[in-house]
Amino acid sequence: MAHSSPFVVIEPSKGWLDLKFKALWDYRELLYFLAWRDLKARYAQTVMGLAWAVVQPLFMMLVFTIIFNKIARFPSDGIPYPLFIYAALVPWTFFSKSLDRSGFSVVAESNLITKIYFPRLIIPLSATLGGLIDFAIAFLLLIAMMMWFGVLPTWKLVMVPFYLSLTVMASLAVSLWLSALYVKYRDIAAVIPLLIQVWMFASPIVYPISMIPQEWQALYSINPMVGVIGGFRWAILGTPAPDPAMLALNVLTIAVSLIFGMAYFNRMANTFADVI
Amino acid sequence: MGDVAIRVEHLSKKYEIVIGKKRGESGLSERMSQGVQRMLGWGGEGGASSFKREEVWPVRDVSFEVQFGDIVGIIGRNGAGKSTLLKLLSRITEPTSGRAYMHGRVGTLLEVGTGFHPQLTGRDNIYLSGIILGMKKTEIDKKFDEIVDFSGIEKYLDTPVKRYSSGMYVRLAFAVGAHLDPDILIVDEVLAVGDSQFQQKCMNKMHDIGENGRTVIFVSHNMSAVARLCKKAIFLKDGRLIREGLTHEIVGEYLYNSGALTGCREWLDPATAPQDEIVRMCAVRARTGKGIITDAIDLGEAIGVELEYEVLKPGHVLVPNFGFKTDEGVGLFVTNDRDPAWLRRPRPVGRYSSTVWVPGHFFGEGTIVVGGGLIREAPFHEHCDYPEAVAFHTIESHDEITARGDYTGRFSGAIRPLLKWTTNYNSAEGSI
Repeated sequence: MAHSSPFVVIEPSKGWLDLKFKALWDYRELLYFLAWRDLKARYAQTVMGLAWAVVQPLFMMLVFTIIFNKIARFPSDGIPYPLFIYAALVPWTFFSKSLDRSGFSVVAESNLITKIYFPRLIIPLSATLGGLIDFAIAFLLLIAMMMWFGVLPTWKLVMVPFYLSLTVMASLAVSLWLSALYVKYRDIAAVIPLLIQVWMFASPIVYPISMIPQEWQALYSINPMVGVIGGFRWAILGTPAPDPAMLALNVLTIAVSLIFGMAYFNRMANTFADVI
Repeated sequence: MGDVAIRVEHLSKKYEIVIGKKRGESGLSERMSQGVQRMLGWGGEGGASSFKREEVWPVRDVSFEVQFGDIVGIIGRNGAGKSTLLKLLSRITEPTSGRAYMHGRVGTLLEVGTGFHPQLTGRDNIYLSGIILGMKKTEIDKKFDEIVDFSGIEKYLDTPVKRYSSGMYVRLAFAVGAHLDPDILIVDEVLAVGDSQFQQKCMNKMHDIGENGRTVIFVSHNMSAVARLCKKAIFLKDGRLIREGLTHEIVGEYLYNSGALTGCREWLDPATAPQDEIVRMCAVRARTGKGIITDAIDLGEAIGVELEYEVLKPGHVLVPNFGFKTDEGVGLFVTNDRDPAWLRRPRPVGRYSSTVWVPGHFFGEGTIVVGGGLIREAPFHEHCDYPEAVAFHTIESHDEITARGDYTGRFSGAIRPLLKWTTNYNSAEGSI
């Protein structure tokens, strides 16, 4: 009977770039159940339930429309400003919520971490992927708004999944670093909200990319969220497409930080239970 | 059988702790300032020397093997490395060096209710906790009714568990853990929770798991639980494995090592011995039937307690006596020497050794503390006395006929005699 059952070797891990995909695959049910738990627990005992998923982007849209459109008179590439900003707020809200939830997720699960083994990557992963439900609901509202404002989608809409997966990867890349660092350095608790706030204004959400002076464009586009948000808006509303070279750089930046984020996270995860 | 389920080779775990630091947690600013100092060349022995790193080895160079179907207890004092060893074996934390091989699916129960979420219903939590403990969803589907049955909370299945009483919560949580059904089960102090009825249910379940040929690693401070459940034990001290072997031998070694309890007390320096001008105590020893000095004895076996003393002045009638009590201080009995050879007979000067024999199947499981001395009976006078001179642990063996029989739960009472029972039987026809 010994040979039919799994065989586990416990030893100090070696090497940096072991991403442990197999362990993730073995624990895919746990990934699903943790995301399901978060969703269920988050909306348990709320009256509005899942409707809360759209409340935040909707209110930000209203406030920003008043401030940046009615008062500051920001341009919006010829798109009705509420639609222009909401199309960016949908992916941005996913990104910022993911940083917020995943960043704190590992410490929030310290009770599990000290009591049972599973690939620790499951924790920030489920926190991020759980946000996809909120994204889907917010996206439905976006479609409704497009119909309201009479903006018809084009073939470019097929690119939404590409930009969505870029958003997910970017969210993960940042949250993996944050969540692993937070276990050791509780300073991260103060860093996360600050980071989200600054990053939002460094990304083309309340203003179009064209508003950035030409000489600053290259530097500005290093921020991967410029390509992601710009691409989203292009795919949905047909605003000017992101610069292909800069987009390629963005994709590369995201991919590299994600791979190193995973490696760093896995390395730190071996001793989470000791440090947490 | 004879297959190895767990092989541990030179497993070690090191922590680095920072000494001379006011705050408990490491902050970025410290790291940054240290980094800056290092860059500026202030590091090393000089500048930041208020922080000193010290290595701690909660587990050091531990090697052992566990066969399939064995139930092994890990014993040792607080800080001996028991919990760390468990965390290494269940992969909660990674070893610093060494290796362990686990053949089979490992289940870990370090607390009751791992993964429970208070907002979710009992039904949801069965799935959630089950998945977190390592079951597959299809497995939980299959065992769902069994789990609900075992917990007895069917009526409240769709109530959030935060509304449960603590008893209901623990029952449901344990029901999930009990159906984990791994090849290797790692259990820590889970039995410390809940009422005695629940603890009994846990013990029975663990016993069943062992009966079914599963391998169990069990850590507990409750020595009689370890002795009852585990045939084999591992004794850890300061992170090192001191000894492994049969439980009753290891438990004795543990008690001997812990210092507080000993099966043998000798006063090598006459000045410190309890005495008066007539008699001086030399030693008190607990022995098995075979005469071996021991701290642990099978409760089916007779135990002898010996008092060695030196009579300094002749012409006095001296009666050696002992008082037996449990470690909780419950007095069991007092016994005075009734040996006809020395009854009412003055003793000449010399060295004596008197032993009292308590038959097997007398004490219950636990620790028995014995005090003793020498008295004059009438008129009463106490020559010398030493309370709590020796102590020994009574353990129940697995193979012998005992008062317990096949029952594995809590068996109360300080004494546990094997008594004679008789039954009268009338067949149904005969009684009319």
